[in-house]
Amino acid sequence: MSTKMVKFIISRQDNPETAPYLEEFEIPHRPNMNVISALMEIRRNPVNAKGEATTPVTWEMGCLEEVCGACSMVINGKPRQSCTALVDQLEQPIRLEPMKTFPVVRDLAIDRSRMFDALKRVKAWIPIDGTYDLGPGPRMPETKRQWAYELSKCMTCGVCLEACPNVNSNSDFIGPAPLSQVRLFNAHPTGEMNKEERLNAIMDDGGLAECGNSQNCVQSCPKGIPLTTSIAALNRDTTFQAFKNFFGSDR
Amino acid sequence: MAGSKDFVNRRIHSLLGVIPIGIFLIQHLVVNHFATKDAEAFNAAAHFMENLPFRIFLETFVIYLPILFHAVYGLYITFQAKNNVSRYGYFRNMMFLVQRVTGVITLIFIAWHVWETRVQAALGAEVNFSMMADILSSPFMIAFYLIGVLSAVFHFANGLWSFFVSWGLTVSPRSQKISTYVTMGVFVALAIVSVRTIFAFI
Repeated sequence: MSTKMVKFIISRQDNPETAPYLEEFEIPHRPNMNVISALMEIRRNPVNAKGEATTPVTWEMGCLEEVCGACSMVINGKPRQSCTALVDQLEQPIRLEPMKTFPVVRDLAIDRSRMFDALKRVKAWIPIDGTYDLGPGPRMPETKRQWAYELSKCMTCGVCLEACPNVNSNSDFIGPAPLSQVRLFNAHPTGEMNKEERLNAIMDDGGLAECGNSQNCVQSCPKGIPLTTSIAALNRDTTFQAFKNFFGSDR
Repeated sequence: MAGSKDFVNRRIHSLLGVIPIGIFLIQHLVVNHFATKDAEAFNAAAHFMENLPFRIFLETFVIYLPILFHAVYGLYITFQAKNNVSRYGYFRNMMFLVQRVTGVITLIFIAWHVWETRVQAALGAEVNFSMMADILSSPFMIAFYLIGVLSAVFHFANGLWSFFVSWGLTVSPRSQKISTYVTMGVFVALAIVSVRTIFAFI
């Protein structure tokens, strides 16, 4: 019985300062394998396609069911999660690269800190802490909750930032993901009470205005989040906010 | 302030492209369309525009300053992007690239066009049908004008689409789709007007 082989071309990098290089691997095919199980196979037996012993490929992973966002990488030119990238559905050789919009830590592992910093910057939370019990907040209509649930699916994976032409080293754009989170928390009946703070945060440099409407984000989002609708809705909200800020408002 | 410097500049950039620059573009193309009738009609229209009261103020505040801001900030925006159409060949991403390419072409064209007509007028030349017929007497200049004017018209029409998004007028995907059809209709209509005018001088 001849074993079918799967060929990988992996972009590797030994540490954040060194230059990236390509290394090829051939591993035996198994039914239903995904990119992660292939990387695990390489880790088990780190020998490249030339038969030379090499270091195991580094990557990040967490949930293995496309809800944590940690295993995102560029697979055959498109950023996506490697856990749901099934080898049988991919064209060979399978090319793996890190999402270079982010600082590369090693091989396919990247540092997504900028996304978490952006969430802090836009205040993507609902402040409810206080010195006494405030009681229950306003109720959220069920239809609105269902709609907001779609926005809450964001796993901060970074695919939308990788796809965006305006997120790069020349710009300080925070990217689509944190913007859509502003829409989520502004839609919440309690979160809405701090709406202005979040709108003002995204009206700062590197915020909402840096969007150039290429709409790659909404095409690339693995969770199908309506990112461009969120951005356009925030454009409307910030238009009103800008006039309020400038002329003053009696609320 | 209403927002940060970036926020305000971006919004003003978007607004100026439509008001007044877009309005001026339409007016300019419509007035020039008199050339399709005959040389006399064009000369009369050009003469009327030339003798508008407060002309230098109209030119400065409706044309020169808005275009100067739009051009300088537009170049800044253009060179900030890292285009990735080869990797993400989606329609809107292509329009994103074409918007930037036509913007730069339009800027080069306008610089030359202003030098050839408005600056020459200031230096004593008379702007009339024969001036344009003279400019468009070489095939190279016909091609240059066709590319320049069509770029300007496309940049305006597609810029109108993003103006509607940037100011929050079109939010839903459906409204943005309808807006795509409407603004591309604007492109086709203005393209017909401008190409007819260019060929009227040949």
